[in-house]
Amino acid sequence: MTPEVIVSIIATVMTAATPLLIAATGELVVERAGVLNLGVEGMMVVGAVAGFAGAQLTGNAWGGVGLAIACGAAFSLLFGILALTLATNQVATGLSLTLLGLGVSGMVGEAFIGQPGVKMASVNIPGLSDLPIVGPLLFGQDPIFYISIALVVGVSWFLFKTRAGLQLRAIGNNHGSAHALGIRVITVRYLAVMFGGACAGLAGAQLSLVYTPQWTEDMTAGRGWIALALVVFASWRPGRVLIGAYLFGAVTIAQFHAQAFGVAIPSQLLSALPYVSTIVVLVLISANRRMTMQNTPAALGKTFVPDH
Amino acid sequence: MNKVKTALLAAAAVIGVSGQAAAADAKACWIYVGPIGDFGWSYQHHAGLLDVEKAFGDRVETAYLESVAEGADAERAIERFARSGCDIIFTTSFGYMEATNAVAERFPDVKFEHATGYRRDHPNVTTFNSKFYQGRYIQGQIAAKMSETGVAGYIASFPIPEVVRGINSFILGAQSVNPDFSLKVVWVNTWFDPGKEADAAKALVDQGVDILTQHTDSTAAMQVAEERGIKAFGQASDMQAFGVNTQLTSIIDDWGPYYVERVQAVLDGTWEQQDVWGGMIEGHVAMAPYRNMPYEVAATAKITERDIMIGRSEPFTGPITKQDGSEWLPAGQRAEIGELLSMDFYVQGVDDQLPQQ
Amino acid sequence: MRLELEKRGEHSAMFSAISPIIAVAVTALLGALMFAALGKPPLQALYSYFIEPLTEVWSIHELLVKATPLILIALGLAFCFRSNNWNIGAEGQFIIGAMAGSIIPVMFPDLRGPWIVPAMMICGMIGGGLYAFIPAVLKARFNTNEILSSLMLVYVAELFLDWTIRGPWRDPDGFGFPQTQRFHADAILPEMFSASGRAHFGFVFAILATLVAWYVLSKTMKGFEIRVLGESARAGGFAGFNAKRMIIFAFVVSGALAGLAGISEVSGAIGQLRPSISPGYGFTAIIVAFLGRLNPAGIFAAGLVLALSYLGGEAAQISIGVSDKVASVFQGILLFTVLACDTLIRYRVRLRSSAPALAPESVAP
Repeated sequence: MTPEVIVSIIATVMTAATPLLIAATGELVVERAGVLNLGVEGMMVVGAVAGFAGAQLTGNAWGGVGLAIACGAAFSLLFGILALTLATNQVATGLSLTLLGLGVSGMVGEAFIGQPGVKMASVNIPGLSDLPIVGPLLFGQDPIFYISIALVVGVSWFLFKTRAGLQLRAIGNNHGSAHALGIRVITVRYLAVMFGGACAGLAGAQLSLVYTPQWTEDMTAGRGWIALALVVFASWRPGRVLIGAYLFGAVTIAQFHAQAFGVAIPSQLLSALPYVSTIVVLVLISANRRMTMQNTPAALGKTFVPDH
Repeated sequence: MNKVKTALLAAAAVIGVSGQAAAADAKACWIYVGPIGDFGWSYQHHAGLLDVEKAFGDRVETAYLESVAEGADAERAIERFARSGCDIIFTTSFGYMEATNAVAERFPDVKFEHATGYRRDHPNVTTFNSKFYQGRYIQGQIAAKMSETGVAGYIASFPIPEVVRGINSFILGAQSVNPDFSLKVVWVNTWFDPGKEADAAKALVDQGVDILTQHTDSTAAMQVAEERGIKAFGQASDMQAFGVNTQLTSIIDDWGPYYVERVQAVLDGTWEQQDVWGGMIEGHVAMAPYRNMPYEVAATAKITERDIMIGRSEPFTGPITKQDGSEWLPAGQRAEIGELLSMDFYVQGVDDQLPQQ
Repeated sequence: MRLELEKRGEHSAMFSAISPIIAVAVTALLGALMFAALGKPPLQALYSYFIEPLTEVWSIHELLVKATPLILIALGLAFCFRSNNWNIGAEGQFIIGAMAGSIIPVMFPDLRGPWIVPAMMICGMIGGGLYAFIPAVLKARFNTNEILSSLMLVYVAELFLDWTIRGPWRDPDGFGFPQTQRFHADAILPEMFSASGRAHFGFVFAILATLVAWYVLSKTMKGFEIRVLGESARAGGFAGFNAKRMIIFAFVVSGALAGLAGISEVSGAIGQLRPSISPGYGFTAIIVAFLGRLNPAGIFAAGLVLALSYLGGEAAQISIGVSDKVASVFQGILLFTVLACDTLIRYRVRLRSSAPALAPESVAP
């Protein structure tokens, strides 16, 4: 295997991991605020169609990115109104959001079927991008990849180094006492939910602008669910989401290479590998009880109604 | 129960729901397994429906249900059509086989047409399919002429006879040009997941193939090929728009002529049960224009296409050796239909082990 | 203006009764607006959704067929969710239950007798229960998050079913297609009134399970234990309840019911194992469980309503020519409205002008 091939394989893993990473990071913030939004798949597919539409309408991939972020956030607002203002059950509301998202995106997207999309151009920094190996990997990726890394760093900094992040985590751990301390629980949660929606939207745009520049119905094909799983897998730490997303991407890609090499293992077994290995790693991590308990937002999924 | 029904019907009359609006001579109905927006299997069946509308205009009323899950939902959907006045119902996925036959028993006056199945338990059930593998043979020939590495990549969905037939036909076509040609197969265990198909395509390219072909439905692999600067074949529809510099040709599922013919038979009262396996001769399988290749390669492809069309040539004609080295067909002998329908082995040259052999 | 919620001391009996009616009315209004915007006749669309599926006997049978797995699975989920165990993997337990139940008709196709169907049902329950045991024991023993493990096991179950049917269990006379041989008549769950439609005895299981679940959850010590541990594992500990045992119990009950749903569907409605046996029942049932407020009677009703919306969606696709996307958007609207209206039961809703103390900037200078 030549260095170019290895670079190309790593780049494939990066592309596969990026949408998972973005959506999971967004959901991580939502869950840190104590809200469980299971509608990631729905928000992501809305982002995918919005990204495609925006790029077609403006003729520019960034137009798609902008529209996808806006639509993802706006769509998540529906969840917010129900689960936060009307205090409905979060699990049911999130699942319904996914159902709605798949329907809405299919309706809107009917016009775009069979059209090739606008592919987002990769970054090209003269000098750096031409370096062997590190050039294409670190300086020649698509812009959304860099956003995803910045997002992880930014969210990590926000959650653990800022006052607002501390407040958000406090709400997630005990909304009652946070409220008593004068933190505006519902407002912060709204912002967190919309941030999660924006991230899911961006992840969807990565699918329809970078990963596979096209629109087809249900093109997220379950990636929103994987993103949700990654948040738990990462025990609500942004850095571990990064590791988890890349591990998952690597195992997914590895199974195809194993097949192309002619490894005689049933393909269903190889396809199951990412899921089984996720469970195994999680068991290993969670056996260390202290580590997980510290990070789990205690108020996750519980409704909050302020007593006035 | 009857009182309730009467009351509900009365209510329906009040709010102005018209039960029968049909002024058409016949009603034709379709059930699709995927969304019509998959730009693949279901999309092409729906294109057939549109052909029927174009051919008959107001004389034929049409209806369809998309994304109908195989299993219990299918039987309900088919029964609903049978009860809603459909004269002919096309059920377009293998998984509808049991449901189609079960409903057909209860509605002897309705005609049922099941795609890709083999059971015709009742006189009002016809099965139909297309010999897509004929097109794969032509693709194999083109691949062998165009490839520099001598290895092509095949993105496969599920190891069913239909797919295995395609793989074998492709490699036979390739070996007719280059006996050493080999084929890497990757099973993705899905008919439709653009991301996964793209990942599989990238993996194959990284492993040194310079021609891609697929038996999955999305256009993702074509885009990967375009990006990586190699050549590829489309699937089910003309994917030229997704691979302007890439698509060599594509096998096009053209169900329109068959659907028009069968609906016409219903209108004429001449519909009869049959088992149709139409190929290029019948117009069920068409090749997208040959592009992105030298003139002489396209010319050879056209000759092969014509030979298959007029029945002079057939992909599965001996001598053919199985992957395990045993002889399958002696020289000059053509495979029997039964063997083709249940094909569960590779021929020589496929660099893969067929799952569960 | 702000919307404020105030918790009611007791659930409002009045709103418990009229909330579903309000929800249907609001859904009808929103749906009518949507259909009108799409240029479709609104009244006819609503008729297709809510009434047309109920006008014919065969269609009512189909409603029961569709509702059966939803109700069975959701009842099991009520045990899990009430005790704070987040089983998201009922889909996988459904599949494994269907496979376990199919062992007899597939591997021993020559066996005959009236005992076969009951044996299959029991095998299905065991299979589903065992599969649910995995995330349960991982949670109880290693503290592994059950949302993730149960969800991941869904994918594993789907692939395992796929492998089995394409490999060892493939019908030898099936031309290599992925399916098992068709079950013998003795292995088919009988229809209830076969003269008029397809509804099978799975629906009877659903009724029985509803009654049993209601009894256990509201009349027994176990039900009390579930409630207490669901509120707080610590409080349950003080009361002498074992939270780990409860994890296992809730998951196994839930898995067994999902498994029963799986084998009932395969034996009663499909008649053989195929690569896809569920259009996502395990996930839809989560919605059913919450629509029914985790209450067995409510779940029974919610299962029927959701099944109706599926049938109605098909009817609307045919009668007024909307696409299945529109059908699922409408379903989403229905779910959102029902959830929102439920708020009225638990809370008083008030509109208030913003209190000056909280928004000083809005006070005029």
